[in-house]
Amino acid sequence: MTAVLQHPIAERARAFLFGNRVHRGLVFNVALYALLIAIGFVYLQPLLFMFVNSIKSPADLMNPMVQWVPTELFLGNYDKAFRVLSYPNTLAASLFMSIVPSLLQTFVTSLVGYGLARYRFPGKPLIFLLILSTFIIPPQNTVIPQMLTYRNMGLLGSPLAMIIPAILGQGYRSAIFILIFYQSFSSLPKVLEESARLDGASDLRIFFTIAVPSALPAYIVSFIFSVVWYWNETFLTVIFLGGGTTTLPMQLSRFAQAYENLYPPGVVNVFDRLNEAVKMSGTFLNILPLLVIYFVLQRWFVESVEMTGITGE
Amino acid sequence: MTPRTPARRELSLRAREALHGYGFIAIWIIGFALFTAVPLVETLRYSFHTVTVSASQINLSFVDWANYTRALVTDPTFVELLISYTIETLISVPIVLIFAMIIALFLNQDFRFKGLFRVIFFLPIVITSGPVIRELTAQGAASAPGIASIPAVVDFLAELPRTLRTPVEFLLTSFILILWFSGVQILIYLSSLQKIDRSVYEAAAIDGASSWDSFWKIVLPSLSTATMVNAVYTVVILSHFSENKVIRYIYDKTYDVQGGIGYASAMAFIYFGVMVVILLLLFLLLMRGARRGAR
Repeated sequence: MTAVLQHPIAERARAFLFGNRVHRGLVFNVALYALLIAIGFVYLQPLLFMFVNSIKSPADLMNPMVQWVPTELFLGNYDKAFRVLSYPNTLAASLFMSIVPSLLQTFVTSLVGYGLARYRFPGKPLIFLLILSTFIIPPQNTVIPQMLTYRNMGLLGSPLAMIIPAILGQGYRSAIFILIFYQSFSSLPKVLEESARLDGASDLRIFFTIAVPSALPAYIVSFIFSVVWYWNETFLTVIFLGGGTTTLPMQLSRFAQAYENLYPPGVVNVFDRLNEAVKMSGTFLNILPLLVIYFVLQRWFVESVEMTGITGE
Repeated sequence: MTPRTPARRELSLRAREALHGYGFIAIWIIGFALFTAVPLVETLRYSFHTVTVSASQINLSFVDWANYTRALVTDPTFVELLISYTIETLISVPIVLIFAMIIALFLNQDFRFKGLFRVIFFLPIVITSGPVIRELTAQGAASAPGIASIPAVVDFLAELPRTLRTPVEFLLTSFILILWFSGVQILIYLSSLQKIDRSVYEAAAIDGASSWDSFWKIVLPSLSTATMVNAVYTVVILSHFSENKVIRYIYDKTYDVQGGIGYASAMAFIYFGVMVVILLLLFLLLMRGARRGAR
């Protein structure tokens, strides 16, 4: 009798712990969450480190006992970093230098992606190969002649130096956006466009009134990624904009120098010397706008896959 | 109307379609010529010259392969940087691929707080930029916390032969940094996973396949394209990253008085060549793996 009773209970306990066809077991779930939390920590740790250090007062910095919990909330570092970065100016420059090229790049790459997805023409494989090559060729293999040309044209340091390539579909990582649009337009049904064509609509009209609205998610995802990548790009911006416009990451990369200009080391007292807390405040101020964008628009990042039909082919 | 008209109309329709198609991509072709093809050829030309830039013009004097021999034979730093770049890339790519695949497999499951974890895992996409990474590495926030400084680990490293020590050391100090480069790859894997029909798993389970079996027989083969794309993406992103030591070196040399632009161009092409070799190597390896998996 007991043996008969025990059997289903043991069975149920086994299912509870190790799972069956329908449910995952407890053991698996615990392992899953443990791993997820560990990996999540790997990603959050640098951010936490940055934030915690940025609010440490000079006394806390010197104190080896203070690791993760500062004794007080000290905002003086932010005050200094704000000034060293000349935050309002560089923030405006960064916003401009990432939003304007991104808008143009998104529009132009969508045109190209649409052309590739909807029209048959000879030489298409070659075009794809060339598009891929623009992604692979390192920037330093093309940047010097471009820079010299810009210099001759007097465009070095002007925002146009970043905007013109974007207009011609050669913006930062354009190839990826062309492929995203190619994928999304290819996956859309053709019927509507064909019936519009029979009604005598022109190609551009079809593109703007039918294709663009139905691929709206691809536009939004591309635009967001484009803004983020332009914001974080420093190799080209330093070369093309150096001496003219200064973006936030550019100012961050010469933070120490800018700090010493503002607070000369021989003049200020020990507590006002450049320390890691101020640096971390600067770094945090640098990524703060991106964090805000990310948390507001996170749905678009996280679900971009489902929304654009990027398939990775 | 002759009977031949339909054929001719067919032809002209095709030609028209092609023309309109070219119309859409024309702007890109112009851009490609101006911003990629011409500068690429020009840089190649510089690499065989000594380039001096004055206020109004660029003077070239032909030096044959001198810039290349200088980079590969005379300059000890460049070759060393190139070797460590190759080793680091070949270590990083598998880590990124495996890690991204594991994360994508997790995120493809249903569990509570999935949204929260997804938000955290895609965070690196947003904040991975040169200066930020540099600041974080400088403050020691990017290495696996403390592992590389544990005495036992230090002793262990000292025991290793030099050829092995560098990769292991790199692995310990930059592990977290490597993981920071896997955001987009997770997205690409996730999209491939979501395209696998759930009924395939169910059918396999009914036939008695464990989830281990169905991973190797169903999931992995259907991820082979995504793996290829991710491998290429990872190599390119790591190689183009503005904090990459080779890129920094080339950039610094560009403004050198001695050799300057010509020498930097030669190094840029050597670097590009190495990068293409790495890409081809991974491509062939993955192709072989995929073929074996399909069998």
